[in-house]
Amino acid sequence: MRISTFFYTIKQGFINIFRNKWFSLASIATIGACLFLFGLFYSVLINVQSIVKTAQEVVSVEVLFDEGISQERIEEIGELIDKRPEVSSKNFISADEAWESFKEEYLGEYADGFTENPLENSASYEIFLNDVSMQPALVSYLEGLEGVRTVNRSEIAAATLTGVNALIAYVSIGIIVILFAVSIFLISNTVTIGISVRKEEITIMKYIGATDFFVRSPFVIEGMMIGAIGALIPLGIIYVIYNQVIEYIVTKFSMLMRLLSFVPVETIFAQLLPVSLILGVGIGFLGSIVTVRKHLRV
Amino acid sequence: MNIKIQVVENLAKSEARGRRRKNTSAGSDEIITLNNVSKAYATGAPALNGVSLRIKKGEFVFIVGDSGSGKSTMIKLLLRELVPTSGEINVMGYDLTRIRHRKIPKFRRNLGIVFQDFRLLKDRNVYENVAFAQRIIQVSSKEIKRNVPSILATVGLAGKYKAKPRQLSGGEQQRVAIARALVNRPSILLADEPTGNLDPKNSWEIMKLLEQINENGTTVLVVTHNREIVNAMQKRVVTMKKGVIVSDEEKGGYIDDED
Repeated sequence: MRISTFFYTIKQGFINIFRNKWFSLASIATIGACLFLFGLFYSVLINVQSIVKTAQEVVSVEVLFDEGISQERIEEIGELIDKRPEVSSKNFISADEAWESFKEEYLGEYADGFTENPLENSASYEIFLNDVSMQPALVSYLEGLEGVRTVNRSEIAAATLTGVNALIAYVSIGIIVILFAVSIFLISNTVTIGISVRKEEITIMKYIGATDFFVRSPFVIEGMMIGAIGALIPLGIIYVIYNQVIEYIVTKFSMLMRLLSFVPVETIFAQLLPVSLILGVGIGFLGSIVTVRKHLRV
Repeated sequence: MNIKIQVVENLAKSEARGRRRKNTSAGSDEIITLNNVSKAYATGAPALNGVSLRIKKGEFVFIVGDSGSGKSTMIKLLLRELVPTSGEINVMGYDLTRIRHRKIPKFRRNLGIVFQDFRLLKDRNVYENVAFAQRIIQVSSKEIKRNVPSILATVGLAGKYKAKPRQLSGGEQQRVAIARALVNRPSILLADEPTGNLDPKNSWEIMKLLEQINENGTTVLVVTHNREIVNAMQKRVVTMKKGVIVSDEEKGGYIDDED
């Protein structure tokens, strides 16, 4: 392709956009809305994941041992725990440590009345997981070990966190798929109108001997431009409002701050920007190429 | 059919491009050959019924006939807008019954076409309307700048290159359309009722222009209703009626319909 032809095609693509301003605007708005929602869900998802990850670090499994268990067996159990892939870390809490922290937390000066450690059999391992969803498997494994008396766990926390993760993912995928279908439909409509507006020009082009490619490409360029503009607008909006929303949440719910760890906007955009642009341009390309193939049988 | 394969010596431009074509027509200088061509649409009577026609390179031919005679169908077949139901069409060595879809644009670049309703792009000026034809076949901007003014001078519109179509008279608009058809230096010029929307004075001027184009070597086919012009110009006249050729005369006249 000649360079002059390339520029001519690009120019015609722009002319197409301006020639049916309102339809182009409608398409840009729809793609913009889609990608705005996509960006929103993506930001929320990434943050929820980050929060869940932090929460996972807090949710632990506690292993208590049989009475009179030997120190060797406790160490053996410790080694077995370390071998599990879902375990991120474990702490050994001796009976004395358990009593000390209990005293501090609940008894204060009244603890002086105790001469012996009432929690003599309360030595334990505190285990932290990589992935909360793996908790049930680990628990049943631990319960099967010799010398283990009980395994304490926070089943509800684990189930909720796993559930939230999955729910957000499914809902976002569902909504985004629907919105993308709508976008493709609207782009296709815009291009169809563009084609009908230029019907006469296309007929003349065909008579003069324009190739299919030459006739079609301005419309595909049009679709891709609409997609690109439709991607950049919501990205800009999300960039501006992201920090404000986080600031608002932080000031309103300052008590939750220890639990909530937000991802900086730059980290979000490192992926959101290219993904949105590719999606926008991709939708534009898809919507227009399908339409052009259908309506421009040249 | 007697099939001879040889390279057609075409316009200088074609040679310059180094194009080689197979010519399957009987005579070496035949540029358009229709062999027993019929075209039937899904409904109704056939539009063309066993038409055979040979046109030589450099000829000026009128095709006349009433509406429904099959003229329009013939033009569409020659442009490869339609495919014949049966028979063979060969234009400039291209077998139009067998040509591949992606070869059609290249084939059409050798044809110039002029319509009754001019079909100019209303949002572009005269220069752009003519340059458009060159852009489509991917001529460089530099060449376009050289070719367009020269062709506008040929059709007598050198001074009006900035005008929009609506600022021009019907005759001038048709000149722009002819310039657009000629700028790519076609071997054949097809004019479908070129004077249908023009007054007698402008009609004559357009016909003189077409004659001049023909004298410069382009084969010209004119489909027309214009009795006075056909009778006055004394060119080859092919008369069609109800899908068949009823007469084909060198230096002929317009045959009146007896019905």
